[in-house]
Amino acid sequence: MMAEADSRKVLCEPPKSRLPVESPLCPGCQHGVIGRILGEVIDELGIQGDTICIAGVGCHAMILFTTNVDFLQALHGRAPGIGTGVKRGLNGKKIVFTVQGDGDLASIGMGDIIHAAIRGEKLTVIFCNNSAYGTTGGQMAPTTLVGQSTTTSPGGRQYESAGFPVHIAELLATFPGVAYSARCAVTSLAEYAKTKKALKTAFQKQIDGVGLSIVEILSACPPSLKLNSVKAVEWIKEHMMAEFPLGEFKNVDETLPAYILKGS
Amino acid sequence: MIEVVINSEWCKGCGLCVHFCPKDCLSMGSEINAKGYSYPVFGNEEECNGCTACGKLCPDLAINIYRYKDI
Amino acid sequence: MGKKILVSGNEAVGYGAIYAGCTHYFGYPITPQNEVIEFFAREFPKIGRSFLQADSEVSSINMVGGAAAAGVRAMTTTSSTAFSLMQEGLSAIAAMEVPCVVVDVQRGGPGAGSTQHAQMDYLLATRGSHGDYFNMVLAPFSVQETFETIQLAFHLADKYRHPVLVLTDGIMGQMEESVDLKTVEFEPLPEKDWAVTGSRERGLKRNFLHNSPGILGFMTGDTYRSNLERSYAKYKRMKDTEVRYQAKDLDDAEIILIAYGSTARVTARAQYEARAEGLKVGMIRPITLWPFPTDIIKKYAEKVKGFIVVEDTMGQMVEDVKCVVAEKTEVHLVGFLDRHLPTSTGMILPDVVLNRIKAVA
Repeated sequence: MMAEADSRKVLCEPPKSRLPVESPLCPGCQHGVIGRILGEVIDELGIQGDTICIAGVGCHAMILFTTNVDFLQALHGRAPGIGTGVKRGLNGKKIVFTVQGDGDLASIGMGDIIHAAIRGEKLTVIFCNNSAYGTTGGQMAPTTLVGQSTTTSPGGRQYESAGFPVHIAELLATFPGVAYSARCAVTSLAEYAKTKKALKTAFQKQIDGVGLSIVEILSACPPSLKLNSVKAVEWIKEHMMAEFPLGEFKNVDETLPAYILKGS
Repeated sequence: MIEVVINSEWCKGCGLCVHFCPKDCLSMGSEINAKGYSYPVFGNEEECNGCTACGKLCPDLAINIYRYKDI
Repeated sequence: MGKKILVSGNEAVGYGAIYAGCTHYFGYPITPQNEVIEFFAREFPKIGRSFLQADSEVSSINMVGGAAAAGVRAMTTTSSTAFSLMQEGLSAIAAMEVPCVVVDVQRGGPGAGSTQHAQMDYLLATRGSHGDYFNMVLAPFSVQETFETIQLAFHLADKYRHPVLVLTDGIMGQMEESVDLKTVEFEPLPEKDWAVTGSRERGLKRNFLHNSPGILGFMTGDTYRSNLERSYAKYKRMKDTEVRYQAKDLDDAEIILIAYGSTARVTARAQYEARAEGLKVGMIRPITLWPFPTDIIKKYAEKVKGFIVVEDTMGQMVEDVKCVVAEKTEVHLVGFLDRHLPTSTGMILPDVVLNRIKAVA
């Protein structure tokens, strides 16, 4: 048996912090891949027992079924507030991260995430951007592309009336309290590796107490796009990346104000 | 030698593994699982270099991959 | 006896929180509760506790929910307009079964209403927002009682794993009285073994808190039905054991006055003067607005000539009293229209209550 164990090397198995249960997501939903990367990062940093996840409302929240860490379900958009409470409630000693979708974070919870960034809250934010409301049936999100058809933008999003896709990773990078901001994808093994590295860095920024860290991850939602799984991934590469460039928008080791009024 | 183990009951037949495999080692099989999805089968084994694209990019974590030392 | 100080009702909220062992405060400025948030901003850091000014009341109630879910005693304070903003969060906290304390220093409504006193949040506080749940609601009537009620509120919140509201108002918050600073002793409480603190010490067995019993209840072994049955069993225990009120001169009473909070002070004065004039008048002061002291009202419903409810609204608590009395006797309202001025600074004064007593007698 020993010989057999020695002769076998595991190249790919579910991460230890991932519960051994079937994913509840739709076929081809890349949120499942994000959940896997999260598990690998938690395992490699050895933080499973010290981490609390705050899930928003949306398909991304399905991660709560499969990730074995302490869990708290927030109301739609309110994960940064709940996370702030947990982080400060535990006196900053534990790792707290939120998982939020584009409807949750960029629409109803925009004020919440902006103010968490303003405060430089020591949270890590995993922002799953699939360009539509998946859970409710594929409605238009703030990240829906101009021209993209959804159930509430049937002829394609019209920028004249419905405005423009919001770029969260670039936006949050502008705040002094943000330590790390990146946009990634899981459209290839190479992108998978970059996403994992980004997420690990994001958690490390929190562990080091630098500030808020966010990783936006483009994720294919085949039912919203009304495409099969493979074409949905191709759609991400061809269209979504044209609107949302991948990359690191901020990576700093300390967060400092531009000006401090002294003697007040 | 690389072993690709498909957890057929977790598979939802999305076909991304087949798409991402650079060596065409996977193809959709003819059998279906309890949920009614067809799932992939591993073939063309000698071509597989253990890149793990199929496993890492499987949204359902339904693929485990092992490398065995040549004896 | 503890140290005696002269403070406002709003500051007494802060002292109550310190004595209750509250470690985390989240709030947002709004008149007439500003002295509360300023108290916490000033005093909490001095004793190593956590203060945070949130970006809105929507955020502050969620921050309270998060900190309380992590197992610490957390609270927020606000006033009517913004109390509305907290309703979604409060419903979620009740669903999560997380204990916390929320103080509403009531002002006038509807909308932005006025920045002055009123008691117009009675129905919102006692009925809660969407879904089948109730808040526990406490209503002190003095600065000393405010100080002690905050301690009681934290105890009850932890005892039932439930949000507890404390209703004061602009008058209660702004007026100053002496407070005897002393810790109120309560029975021991169970460990918060449900808190989300990281699972390492539990051997990686995770804790899971959610606010959607009909979606995620199964994750903690509940059905939607069993979840609501369990919470209603909890509400029944509260109704059976936590009703609090103060009663005076009921035995021979022909008229019973019912009032809470600041209007109870006015009403107590009117009751005293009525007795001095030989009128057989008693008074009931609900301390818990939910659960409402129905039994004591029911007991006297067939004996008295009438109840007079004194509240600074167009008529909210009076409906609860009518519901209990069930037309066995008359129920009158001395309310908002009986204020001495038609402006937002108008107040219900003892004379108007005394005159109504005489009209009913």
